[in-house]
Amino acid sequence: MEILYLLIPLSLLLVVLIVGIFWWTVKSGQLDDLEGPAYRVIMDDDKAQVKNEKTHENN
Amino acid sequence: MQSQSTYNYKVVRQFALMTVVWGIVGMAVGVLCAAQLVWPELNFDTPWLTYSRLRPLHTNAVIFAFGGSALFATSYYVVQRTCHTRLFAEKLAAFTFWGWQVVILLAALTLPMGFTSGKEYAELEWPIDILITIVWVSYAIVFFGTIATRKIKHIYVANWFYGAFILTVALLHLVNSAEIPVSMFKSYSAYAGAADAMIQWWYGHNAVGFFLTAGFLGMMYYFVPKQVGRPVYSYRLSVVHFWALIFTYMWAGPHHLHYTALPDWTQSVGMVFSLILLAPSWGGMINGVMTLSGAWHQLRDDPVLKFLVTALSFYGMSTFEGPMMSIKTVNALSHYTDWTVGHVHSGALGWVAMISIGSIYYLIPRLFGREQMFSIKLIETHFWMATIGVVLYIASMWISGVMEGLMWRAVNADGTLTYSFAEVVKAKYPYLTIRFLGGLLFLSGMFVMAYNVLKTVAQGKAVEGGIPAPVAHAHA
Repeated sequence: MEILYLLIPLSLLLVVLIVGIFWWTVKSGQLDDLEGPAYRVIMDDDKAQVKNEKTHENN
Repeated sequence: MQSQSTYNYKVVRQFALMTVVWGIVGMAVGVLCAAQLVWPELNFDTPWLTYSRLRPLHTNAVIFAFGGSALFATSYYVVQRTCHTRLFAEKLAAFTFWGWQVVILLAALTLPMGFTSGKEYAELEWPIDILITIVWVSYAIVFFGTIATRKIKHIYVANWFYGAFILTVALLHLVNSAEIPVSMFKSYSAYAGAADAMIQWWYGHNAVGFFLTAGFLGMMYYFVPKQVGRPVYSYRLSVVHFWALIFTYMWAGPHHLHYTALPDWTQSVGMVFSLILLAPSWGGMINGVMTLSGAWHQLRDDPVLKFLVTALSFYGMSTFEGPMMSIKTVNALSHYTDWTVGHVHSGALGWVAMISIGSIYYLIPRLFGREQMFSIKLIETHFWMATIGVVLYIASMWISGVMEGLMWRAVNADGTLTYSFAEVVKAKYPYLTIRFLGGLLFLSGMFVMAYNVLKTVAQGKAVEGGIPAPVAHAHA
């Protein structure tokens, strides 16, 4: 199972990378506000602007 | 500044429409495969219509063509809308669409012709693997470029899931598809024997974990709150969900190789990590479902929401079933039986397809300047066809799988096997027939969707969404 000599270092490298990215999110203030971002997504109105034509609705 | 004032919806539209098309194609091949198991004559004695060649076509088409298109469409939409910026490198984004379609077409040609590297979910031969790599790197540039040029400081959690999915799939593909070409259409894996199996299932399980889970969780964290009109139940939990999931998922692969030549301890490590995975998975599932807290009544008359929430229920169910099946004693019964097939489809049809279908129903009117889909009633019809279809499918596979497992292991007093293999096959007929009917019902639902989408598109016209002007407090 020499393949583990590839897979285990690869996984550990990945963990180091993930820890690094996590460190960045904490340091850069990504996690400072854990309420606002959820609301901001809701407040973004992405409904299509429909001009005053009658909607063909049959529900 | 004209080009800066709108989002790029074109590539989202293209991928959204192809999601429906590839959904129908992929599931139709699946239904044919299911029918062949009941009526073997359906291969018409034609090599390229045999089960062995159609099955990888089915899996590639539903995972990478249908699921992939849904992921491209939604990730491009979500990253733009949550970053308040137009897609980065739009020519490259257009290339990801056409490149991905070419990959799918090549798969549809080469797999029935019998060209295969023999690696499950990575059957495509080396020239196509190279094209996949190029398209995927372009995808990463577009996605992360858009994140880098964002106008909102905070990166919404859905983008984290999409980002992890893009990066991990790149790594998985590069490592697992390392192969040595011997001719234009034939290559051999760079690994051999048990090592190859280990790499293959490290890839295979993480493909499930990152392609079929992380990406679709990104979808869930955007479209469920949007459709409900409420923020996600706990944003804090969604962040915990993300980090917990990506730290633990990578290690679960060996549970696909219980009781094989793989060292015993690696099997046990795989099993333990699979069990740990239950926690973040259910955390996310509860987070998604609880977003409806106080708004449950919306479920009564919003079929799009029904799709999204039912998808979450199936996500919860299959992420409970998965860890349970990874326990070695349970696996001794379930492995190689129809139970596994049922488990995969409760995840693939129940979770992946339903969350995609719900998201596409959300997107289509917005992309084509309509208030809502052409017919809400038809979405409702589709919902029930899909739900009943999945239930028929997985219930029949549970029964068939457990029966199969028990019949295989049954021994007489003198130590001989009670049943021959053919007897087990015969006992499965009724359940394979029910499975075929369940799949057929699910596929029929996709045709209802296609009609509804076509009508909506015909009534509407392609529109682009306006980017809000940057405000002083873009980040709170």
